Amino acid sequence: MSSDVMAIQSADVAGRSWTGVLHEWVTTVDHKRLGILYILYALIFLVIGGIEAAVIRIQLMRPNNDFVSPQVFNRMFTMHGTTMIFFVTMPVLFGFANYLVPLMIGARDMAFPRLNAFSFWLTALGGFLLYFSFVGGSGLYGAGNAPDVGWWAYAPLASRAFSPGHSSDYWTIALLVSGFGSIGTAINIIATVLCMRCPGMKLSRMPLLAWLNLVMSGMVLIAITPLSAAQIMLLVDRYLGGHFFDTQAGGSAPLWMHFFWIFGHPEVYILVIPAFAFLSEIIPVFSRKPIFGYPVMVAATVAIGLVSTSVWAHHMFTIGMNSYANGFFAITTMAVGIPTGIKIFNWIGTMWGGKIQFKVPMLFCIGFLFQFLIAGLTGIMQAAVPFDWQLTLSYFVVAHFHYVIVGGILFALFGAFYYWYPKMTGRMLSERLGKWHFWLFLIGFHLTFDVMHVPGLLGMPRRIYTYEPRPGWGILNLIVSIGALIQAIAILVFVANLIISYFKGAKAGNDPWDAWTLEWSISSPPPAYNFATVPTVASRRPLWDLKHPEDPDSRYD
Amino acid sequence: MLRSRCTLRVATRRISNSRNSPNGRTRRDFGNFQTGQQLERNGAKRGKTKTTMTNRRKTEWKVVAARVTGVLVILVGALLAARICVANQPGDHPIPSIFDPRSTPADMIKQHSHFVLTITGLIFLVVFTLLAYTILKFRQTTANADREPAQVYGSNQIELAWTIIPILIVVVLFLAVARVIHAVQDAPEPATAVEVTAIGHQFWWEYRYPALGVVTANELHVPVSDPTHPTPTFFKLLSADTDHSFWVPQLAGKTDLIPNRVNQMWIDPHETGLFLGQCAQYCGTQHAKMLLRVYVDSPEEFAAWVRAQRQPANQDEKEAAGRHVFQTTACLNCHAVGGTNGTGRFGPDLTHLMSRSTIAAGAAENTPERLRLWIQNPDAIKPGSLMPAMKLSDADLDALVRYLETLR
Repeated sequence: MSSDVMAIQSADVAGRSWTGVLHEWVTTVDHKRLGILYILYALIFLVIGGIEAAVIRIQLMRPNNDFVSPQVFNRMFTMHGTTMIFFVTMPVLFGFANYLVPLMIGARDMAFPRLNAFSFWLTALGGFLLYFSFVGGSGLYGAGNAPDVGWWAYAPLASRAFSPGHSSDYWTIALLVSGFGSIGTAINIIATVLCMRCPGMKLSRMPLLAWLNLVMSGMVLIAITPLSAAQIMLLVDRYLGGHFFDTQAGGSAPLWMHFFWIFGHPEVYILVIPAFAFLSEIIPVFSRKPIFGYPVMVAATVAIGLVSTSVWAHHMFTIGMNSYANGFFAITTMAVGIPTGIKIFNWIGTMWGGKIQFKVPMLFCIGFLFQFLIAGLTGIMQAAVPFDWQLTLSYFVVAHFHYVIVGGILFALFGAFYYWYPKMTGRMLSERLGKWHFWLFLIGFHLTFDVMHVPGLLGMPRRIYTYEPRPGWGILNLIVSIGALIQAIAILVFVANLIISYFKGAKAGNDPWDAWTLEWSISSPPPAYNFATVPTVASRRPLWDLKHPEDPDSRYD
Repeated sequence: MLRSRCTLRVATRRISNSRNSPNGRTRRDFGNFQTGQQLERNGAKRGKTKTTMTNRRKTEWKVVAARVTGVLVILVGALLAARICVANQPGDHPIPSIFDPRSTPADMIKQHSHFVLTITGLIFLVVFTLLAYTILKFRQTTANADREPAQVYGSNQIELAWTIIPILIVVVLFLAVARVIHAVQDAPEPATAVEVTAIGHQFWWEYRYPALGVVTANELHVPVSDPTHPTPTFFKLLSADTDHSFWVPQLAGKTDLIPNRVNQMWIDPHETGLFLGQCAQYCGTQHAKMLLRVYVDSPEEFAAWVRAQRQPANQDEKEAAGRHVFQTTACLNCHAVGGTNGTGRFGPDLTHLMSRSTIAAGAAENTPERLRLWIQNPDAIKPGSLMPAMKLSDADLDALVRYLETLR
């Protein structure tokens, strides 16, 4: 088809058939569309992962429940963990990065648009492969279905002897494939941030969101590679007679743990740094002040990136490392709390003396601050090795990391949704539904995850499909399950808000929040190739300069 | 300079378009630090009565206060629930709470946890208060709605303060941590210690006392340790298949059992009684029903238990039929009974089966009916366990159960 015909077709908006639209979206290399594809893809998997969580919570509602069999339960928590980390949080954050980074640095697209599309479709393939295991996982032995080895797939549980059939293979290949997608996107973000900034935008003037995504992408390169290597080694073990992790032939189980967690811990920060990025954009706008201590925020992020590569074995304090190794990983883990604390203080500093507007994005960010504080402190408790010997592998640690991922990352993400949805669609999300969403989710969250710490302290280990009727365990688990139900309702409100506002939301205009970064200088949704004229900036807040010519930031730059 | 000249050329065309948009961003209004949009909004509000504004502020106050109290109530509730649950009766330990230790390692961890909780609690209070104060104090009000606040970019002194204070806290915490790690992990083994080799299996525990010549399963017996004459128990932890983790919260923190690796841990219970726990590292389908029962005996009870366990199995000829079933079916592939030709090690040693109060790693009580069901259809008790359904005739099954009943 000649390009002329294409041009005419895309110009003729009203006359496009749905296949034409679909074709456009599937073949797109536009960073905004790919960003939205990432986000929609993640939302679908969020619902799937949520259903898995619901099955888990129904089963654990009372002791010795038999809602599902142990086999099904084990698949549910394996799939829930894998889905939420690799096919919800990673893609949704990549989606926002994809959408926002070029807009915020005044670029017309990512550095490598086709690599961008390729990376997205690899990630998508990974997710579909993982879920294909439900129908294709039986394999030659008729054993297995979806993977049931836990999302860490510890050796030797994932070896042929203990995981016959192909379910673990689907898990391995899904992560390998989506890992390549992540690496592609990371390279793309790094290249974009380093090479595509508009005139005047020095690194020291970049919005923090771009900075933090740059650091995150660097960490992806460091963290995903060992994971991919380990997946390949596992495949070699399973199909080519290797013995890396095959303990029956002298392989090493701790080797897999090291490989997995040298990915797994930076991964936590890979997920949380983009959440920090959202806060660093949203809090200043709704406090009507610039971010407090910009250079320190950048330095703290880089410090987190560096230190987080040497904390991984704090997941392994119970495997019998010697006391020196345990001590080393204790101090590195506590040290990573320092830059994180600095960040929290800087956000408080940003709000201090401002005039805080409690719009829905800001509400979610404030929720983040309180919850991330608690998550960080329970993290410090677990960095205290002896205390961790009791806490780890129990429901306490489950509550802790859900506090990080739900109370922290997901809250920041919801904030980002409410903040940038107007830019992406041209319509505002409903404030009323947004407040319902926020309060319901907040109540559900605290009911679930505050209470969930307690059974862990009372000796309830994680990953058990049912439990003995010990005093206290039953009622606590019931409360946790009720909280999960409230969260599910809140998510429904959110999805309804997304859909209703798309059709009926108030028109957003270019700059509904009176914000200061470049994406708000152009129409909502932004036109193809973003900027008709490539902008030139003279400070960190180009739109502030424009709105306040008598006192521009550039004067102090 | 080139840079200063191009200061304000940000997407000029688009901004000038938006000047005429319904949102009406008019650049004239910058004199009083206000954007056109806000002016418009304020204008609309000024049209309404002032009471609506104050009402709105009040409700906001309420909302914030309600939220804070809500969070606090939930936290307090959780703590209270924990407190109630921790209230154990003496001698009986139905709740394996980590804050109810009965052995030195668990006790050291509890002391240490108090220290850590105090520090983290203080940090929480300070930061929580600061955050709450900031949010309540610096809200937008009618008084300041029409102008931007002072634009502050940072302060090196403050940044330095909130970098150095956390560093000091981390150093203090680390020193405390290092001390307890050393005390628990590097404790020397006294000559009077009881040595136990614990081997994790899918999904049960094998215990061997090499110095005492005792082999048993699932229910561990250890002597109580008198501080004046300590008889701690030192474990060598092994695994026959996948990773497991030994966790009896009231006695010690958890330590993993990993194939191809020897791990160590120790306990010295101060009190007799039954202590509960379970496998903490996901090990496969029946991870949930890999329960731990530790009986802490008085020295006399322990000595008597050891004597009984060292006896060969009961060879009462009354139950020869049942023994014949055991010795001629697949039972003996996996199970050992001392004095018979059954020497399997894949399943628990049954020589003194009746000395245990549970079967299936604590999943069921050790009664004739449960035993019969367990042999006939293990999935009814523990679905996914590696014990096969034996498919015996009713007569054989009854004889076998009667035989097992004699293995005291």
